[in-house]
Amino acid sequence: MSIRERLSGNEAVSIAIRQINPDVFPAFPITPSTEIPQYFSSYVANGQVDTVFIPVESEHSSMSATIGAEAAGARSLTATSSCGLAYMWEELYVAASDRLPLALALVNRALSGPININCDHSDAMGARDAGWIQIFAENNQEAYDNFVQAYRIAEHKDVRLPIMVCQDGFITSHAVENIELLEDEQVKAFVGEYEPEHYLLNSKEAMAVGPYGVPAYYMEAKRAQLEALKNAKQVALQVAADFEKISGRKYGLFEEYRMEDADYVMVLIGSAAGTAKDAADALREKGVKAGVLKIRLFRPFPAEEIAAALKDAKVVACMDRTESYNGNCGPLGAEVKSALFTAGQMPMVLNYVYGLGGRDVTVESLTSVFEDMKKADETGELGETYRYLSVRE
Amino acid sequence: MAYNFKETMSKPERLAPGHRMCAGCGGTIAVRNVLRGLHEEDKAVICNATGCLEVSSFMYPYTSWEDSYIHNAFENAGATCSGVQAAYEVLKKKGKVDDTYKFIAIGGDGGTYDIGFQSLSGAMERNTDMVYVCYDNGAYMNTGIQRSSATPMFADTTTTPVGSQSDGKPQNRKDLASVIAAHDVPYAAQTTFVQNFKDLHLKAEKAIYTPGAAFLNIMAPCPRGWRYNTPDIIEMCRLGVETCYWPLFEVVEGKWILNYEPKKKLPIEDFLKPQGRFKHLFKKGNEELLEAFQKEVDRRWEELLFRCSR
Repeated sequence: MSIRERLSGNEAVSIAIRQINPDVFPAFPITPSTEIPQYFSSYVANGQVDTVFIPVESEHSSMSATIGAEAAGARSLTATSSCGLAYMWEELYVAASDRLPLALALVNRALSGPININCDHSDAMGARDAGWIQIFAENNQEAYDNFVQAYRIAEHKDVRLPIMVCQDGFITSHAVENIELLEDEQVKAFVGEYEPEHYLLNSKEAMAVGPYGVPAYYMEAKRAQLEALKNAKQVALQVAADFEKISGRKYGLFEEYRMEDADYVMVLIGSAAGTAKDAADALREKGVKAGVLKIRLFRPFPAEEIAAALKDAKVVACMDRTESYNGNCGPLGAEVKSALFTAGQMPMVLNYVYGLGGRDVTVESLTSVFEDMKKADETGELGETYRYLSVRE
Repeated sequence: MAYNFKETMSKPERLAPGHRMCAGCGGTIAVRNVLRGLHEEDKAVICNATGCLEVSSFMYPYTSWEDSYIHNAFENAGATCSGVQAAYEVLKKKGKVDDTYKFIAIGGDGGTYDIGFQSLSGAMERNTDMVYVCYDNGAYMNTGIQRSSATPMFADTTTTPVGSQSDGKPQNRKDLASVIAAHDVPYAAQTTFVQNFKDLHLKAEKAIYTPGAAFLNIMAPCPRGWRYNTPDIIEMCRLGVETCYWPLFEVVEGKWILNYEPKKKLPIEDFLKPQGRFKHLFKKGNEELLEAFQKEVDRRWEELLFRCSR
């Protein structure tokens, strides 16, 4: 039986964590993710979980302690946003190379400077090459569902990598929406017990973690890591199929919305997808064949599948909620264009930077992007391919 | 149980030979003797900060560590150990671990006094049931003898080189054992390789078996960085203690205890003279530098005597 509730994204993720009942949760507060450790501390205080909560003195230490706990054999996680993630940066790579299936609840927020507490994806995108699985949500329901599925993907024997479960700061984390929760017992059974093969506290064999990797071994270690990350794609689909059985909610690598015959496709990540769907609906009524491709799994990047989904698109608009300062494109733009090129497809591609530091994303602004795509198609002129949306120039 | 030197020394080694630390390295001597503080039947997890010890003892695919061991990064041995200890707490409660485990974080002075200080301070303030061991050789030796906040005043290091406008490091060393004691931890102590290791063995055992956070600061001379005659390491430690440069003390539940008072305090020159890093202090015209060094040693010694007399 599902439970109908009205919750913010942070509350929903906190409940998912309570239902999972992990072993160790070190955390340091930062807006807008602060509520997650805060809600969780009350579960600890009221004896609702067996978890040891460690109120560390910084995010560098929260990830360090999470790594220590996970290596020791405990199912572990932390939560953060923005500068907190940036402060962990070094440790993100260590977690991945140590092949530790720990989880991170990331509530996306702009990086400083100037300091800004609102949503964009610069934090997650800065960490995209750290070797983690990255999974994004459009709303509170998806944030909850993704978290319930996270450990099953990360801990799979063919994967064993850390997973970053992302939701948009404030827009998802603080806005209260309807949601369907699973029963505690359902989640517990779905996630299962954590039974690592090798861990520090295994009295049958001592273990050493984090060696000095000389050039004779370093590259093989990195190569093996890639293989594991690639496996996460298939595993994510298997886990999603199992999740559908208990929840009735279907998940893939990405969501295709009105894509069957779409000429103009907007590719984007996170909460703006809901707005994009509204814009597409309105345009469809006017006879414009608009579609939306919403990324769920960003790492590993489902390049072949996305290229296949864009096979018949005339114009594609890649929407980046971050600036990557290469002067040509954002990270999503680069990935999608690379996927298309590799597949031998050459549709017209526009790339937009939008919604930085909490800049409003409206149906009107996203409609203008579809209109730009239509214009490019009709005139055969792309114009400037790397653009800013809703900015005072 | 009364201390028995022979028994302590005949415990099985927990740091296997074959590692790549330098001949005569003080860090290795510190580690082997700290591990003798463990009861044989108990297991341990060692959390090691990046440094000489880590890169020389766990070079893939070989490890010298008989116990479980984790190296994470340079600045986070304290936090990493906190995580491992928390895992033990919960897994023990869930019946997934039966054995008794002890948690020992080890760092050099770079990873402890400086870059790892925040992580260490956090772990100590949370009173994590662990011991943090600093093998203090007074500089960043692994990267090639750069100054740290543990480097004594006037030492010639590669980032405080002696020159026409420089007498070596201009600042005094940080008194980290006192700083950690001020965290109100149940046990903090300072020791080195003297008295046939009795002081170190006793303090290691106490630190490991005191419930809550414990800190052990061990002066561990580095023949390359200090530039003394390598086989003289034990003599170097003796001189450090007899000149009162490196006093032996412990702070137990807030009570300061002086463990050794030299019958006749030796002049600081006796400790500095055999070290190449202080060679310039003995040049004609630099007498006032030696005087300043002596004054600082005296001031700190008096302060310690005062704390221990209360």
